[in-house]
Amino acid sequence: MSHSLASPAKPLASASRTSSVGDVVFAAIAKAAGVFVLLLLGAIIVSLFIGGWPTFRAFGMGFLFNADWDPVQNVFGGAVPIYGTLVTAVLAIVMAVPLAFGIAFYLTELAPSWFRRPVGTAIELLAAVPSIIYGMWGFFMIVPFMAEWVQPPLIDALSDIPVVGALFKGPPFGTGIFTASLILAVMILPFIAATMRDVFQTVPAVYKESAYGLGCTTWEVMRSIVIPYTRVSVVGGIMLGLGRALGETMAVTFVIGNTNRLSTSLFGPGNTIASIVALEFPESQAGSLKLSSLLALGFILFVISFIVLAISRTLLRPGAK
Amino acid sequence: MSATTSEGEMAGPKRDPQVADMLSRRRQRSNWIVKALCILATTIGLAFLALILVTLFWLGFGGLQWTVFTEATKPPGSHGGLINAIVGSLIQTAIGTAVGTPIGIMVGVYLAEYSLGTRLGNAVRFVSDVLLSAPSILIGLFIYQVLVNPFDGFSGIAGGLALAVIVIPIVVRTTEDMLRLIPVALREAAVALGAPKWKSIVLVCLRAALDGIATGVLLAVARIAGETAPLLFTSLGNLNWSLSLAQPMSSLPVTIYQYAGSAFEDWVQLAWVGALLITLGVLALNIVARVLLRPRA
Amino acid sequence: MSSTTNDSAARPNIGAVEARSTAALTEARISVRNLDFYYAANKALKSIDVDFPDRQVTGMIGPSGCGKSTLLRVLNRMYDLYPGQRATGEVLLDGTNIIAPGIDLNQLRSRIGMVFQKPTPFPMSIYENIAFGVNLHERLSKSQMDERVEWSLTRAALWEEVKDRLTTSAMGLSGGQQQRLCIARTIAVRPEVILFDEPTSALDPISTLKIEELIDELKRDFTIVIVTHNMQQAARCADQVAFFYLGELVEVGTATQMFTSPRERRTQEYITGRFG
Repeated sequence: MSHSLASPAKPLASASRTSSVGDVVFAAIAKAAGVFVLLLLGAIIVSLFIGGWPTFRAFGMGFLFNADWDPVQNVFGGAVPIYGTLVTAVLAIVMAVPLAFGIAFYLTELAPSWFRRPVGTAIELLAAVPSIIYGMWGFFMIVPFMAEWVQPPLIDALSDIPVVGALFKGPPFGTGIFTASLILAVMILPFIAATMRDVFQTVPAVYKESAYGLGCTTWEVMRSIVIPYTRVSVVGGIMLGLGRALGETMAVTFVIGNTNRLSTSLFGPGNTIASIVALEFPESQAGSLKLSSLLALGFILFVISFIVLAISRTLLRPGAK
Repeated sequence: MSATTSEGEMAGPKRDPQVADMLSRRRQRSNWIVKALCILATTIGLAFLALILVTLFWLGFGGLQWTVFTEATKPPGSHGGLINAIVGSLIQTAIGTAVGTPIGIMVGVYLAEYSLGTRLGNAVRFVSDVLLSAPSILIGLFIYQVLVNPFDGFSGIAGGLALAVIVIPIVVRTTEDMLRLIPVALREAAVALGAPKWKSIVLVCLRAALDGIATGVLLAVARIAGETAPLLFTSLGNLNWSLSLAQPMSSLPVTIYQYAGSAFEDWVQLAWVGALLITLGVLALNIVARVLLRPRA
Repeated sequence: MSSTTNDSAARPNIGAVEARSTAALTEARISVRNLDFYYAANKALKSIDVDFPDRQVTGMIGPSGCGKSTLLRVLNRMYDLYPGQRATGEVLLDGTNIIAPGIDLNQLRSRIGMVFQKPTPFPMSIYENIAFGVNLHERLSKSQMDERVEWSLTRAALWEEVKDRLTTSAMGLSGGQQQRLCIARTIAVRPEVILFDEPTSALDPISTLKIEELIDELKRDFTIVIVTHNMQQAARCADQVAFFYLGELVEVGTATQMFTSPRERRTQEYITGRFG
C-alpha cells in the first residue's frame, strides 16, 4: 500500500489514452469476430451455390423434379434424394415426438426428484453418441432385427390392404426408408426431449398450483396448462429436431439402402441428400457435372435446413409467444 | 357433499356426488394410463442408450488388444492397429479446438458485452445458432470448395479447419450465456477500480465465467471428436502412418466408416474397437463437462 | 413494551385498526388438531389447534415465514406436490381427516378452492376458464354451463364487465379483473371452503377494495380463510383472526377481541406495528 501511495501519480490524460486505445482495439477484434461468423455463413451458401451453378444452368428448376441420376448419360436430377431427405426427417419426427414428450413429462412432473438428474443426464448422453456409432449400430443390429422380426409380419399383415398396403410392400431387406427414420428418431429424441423439458420448467409454479387447486390431475395440468403455455417453444424444439434429422449423414448412409429410386414402400430403399453426397463424392471428378450436382444438392439441403432452423430459432427465442 | 351446507341459499344446481365420483374415477384412470406411457417412453429412451453401449462392449471389447495402440492400420489379415487413426483424430481435434475456441470466445464476448440491442448483434446471434445445428456434411463440402479444391489436395489442416467451423458456434453459445450470468455488480466493481472495459472483461468477467466456458469447450471437443461427415472431403483418411498436415490424414471416425463397410472380418472387428474407444471418450468428456458445470448450476 | 400500556385497555394505541365484524363465531367447518408440518427436516408448524367457523372469514396474520401460508396449503393438500413436505396430526372436514392417506385429492380440492397471490388466468377464453374447472367434476349441458358461468361471474362481480366478450382471451383482462375471474373460476366449482393466499398483494388499492367487498359478500355461502400481510385488511374482512409467529399459533379470537384486547403481548406488538 505505502509503495503505491508513494509512487508518483500517472498523468491522467496519458493513462486514459492508453486504456482507450486498448478498448478500441479489443472492441474492434470482438466485432470483427462477430462479422466473421456472418461471413462464414455467407461463404458456405455462396461456395455451395457457385459449386452447383453448372448443374442449375444445365437443368434449371427441372433438377428439383427429375428422378434420374445417370452418370453415364451425364443427366442428374435431385428428386429422389430430396424426397428421401424430407420423408425420413418427417417420419423420424413422427416417431420421436411422442417419446420425447413422454420423457419430458416424466422428467418434469413424475419422476422422484433424486431420479431426475441421472435420467436426464442419460438422455442427454444419447445425444452425445457420435452419428457414425448410430450408423454402425443400426447396420449391424437394427437392420437384421427389422428384416427378421418387424418387416415380415408387417408385410404379411398390411400389404394386401388397398392404398395403405403400398406403404408396406416389398422384400424385407431390413434396410430402407423406415429403418433410416427409426435411427434418426433415436438420434433426435434427446434434443427434442431436452428442449421440451427446459420449456416445461419455465411454466410458473403458481399456474400449475391453481389448476391443481381446482382438482386437476397431473395429466390434466400438463394438457390444459403446461402445453398451451409452452406450445410455441415446443414447436420450436420439434423444428430443431427436424433440422438435425434433415442433415444427418452417417447414420442414414449405413441403413437407407442407397438406391436412387422413388419407392412408395416405407421398407423400400432410397437415399437422402446427405447420404448421396457422402457416397458419390469420392467417385466424382473435380469439375465434373456430377460433382456440381452434388454441390447443388448440398445447396438445396442448406436452404431447407436454414429455413427450418430459422423457424425453430424464432419460436424458441425468449419472449416468443 | 355434506347435506348440512348452505341448503337453499346457494343459487344454481347442486353438484351430483355420484357424477363427481364417476368422473373422478375416469380422470384418475386416464392419469394413470398417461403416467404409465411416460414411464414406458423414458424406459425406451434409456434402453436405446443401454443397447448401444452393450453392443459396443460386446463386439468391441474382445478386439481390444495392445496392438490397437501400437500398430497403424494395415491391409486385411495382417494384424493392424488404429494408432494412426487415433493420432490423426487427436491432431485434427486439437487444430479444430485451437482455431475455433478463440474465435468463438471473441464472438461470445462481442454478443454479451458489445452488441446489446444492435441489429448486427442480433444477426450474429441468429446465424451462430443456425450454424450450431447446420448439417456437418455441408461444412465438409464448404471446406472442400474453398481449401481442398483450389489448392489441389486433401489435408489434415483442412480437416482441422472443418472441425473448427463446428466448434465456433458451440463456444459462442456457452461464452455468451456464461458472461450474461455474471452479476452487474462485479463489472461495476472492476470499472470502479479504474480498469478499462477490455481489462474488466478479460481479467474479471472471462475469469469468472471460466468454468462455464471450459464446459462449452469440452462439449465442443466431444462433438468434433466423433464427427465423420466433415472429414470425408477434407482430410479424406489415410491408411498409412502420416503426421504431415499437408497430406491426407487418418481419423478414427473415417477409419471406422471405411472398415465397418468392408468385407474383411478383422477390419470390421477393428471398427468395433474404434467405435468403443470413441464412444467411451466422447461420453467421458460429456460427463466431465457436466461435473465441471455442477457447482454453478 | 411496559406492562402499564398493556393494562390500559390498549384501544387508543391501536386506533387506526378497527374491526367491523361483531358477530359471534359459528360452528367449525374445518378443525385443525395438533398439526405439525415439516419442510424436509425443518419444522414449519408446531402443534397447531384452530377451528375455521362455517361461513365466516378467518384472517391469518403474522410476519413473513411465520407459517400462515403453510397452514393454508395444508388445508387443500397443495404441499403434496412437493417431495419432502409432510404434515402430521388431524385436519377434519366434516369429521374426515383430510391429511390422512387415501383421500381423493382431486375431489378434496373441488371442495376446498384456492385463490393465489397473483392472478392466474389460464391461456384460454374467459368462458373456458370458468368451464374448465366445472367440467372436471360435473357433466353439464350447454345451457346449464352458460347459467353456471353467468352465476359465478355475477357472484365475482365481473359479469357486467365481461359479458360481451366471454370468448376473448382471459389474458387481456386487467389485473384486478383477472383476480376476480380466478375467484369466479373457484366458486364455479361450488366448493365449501375458499382459501385466499394474499389475494390482493399484487393489486392496486381500488381493485383491492373490490376484492374485499367480494369476500364479505361470498361468506354468505362459503367458509373463507384468508392469509394477509395487511392488518387493515384482516380487520375489514375477518370475523376470526389468528396470529402466527415462528411456526406457532400465538393467539386466535374474534376480530374485535384480537384488535382491541389481545391476550398476548406478541400479538399486540405485531398489530401495533412494532415488528414484522
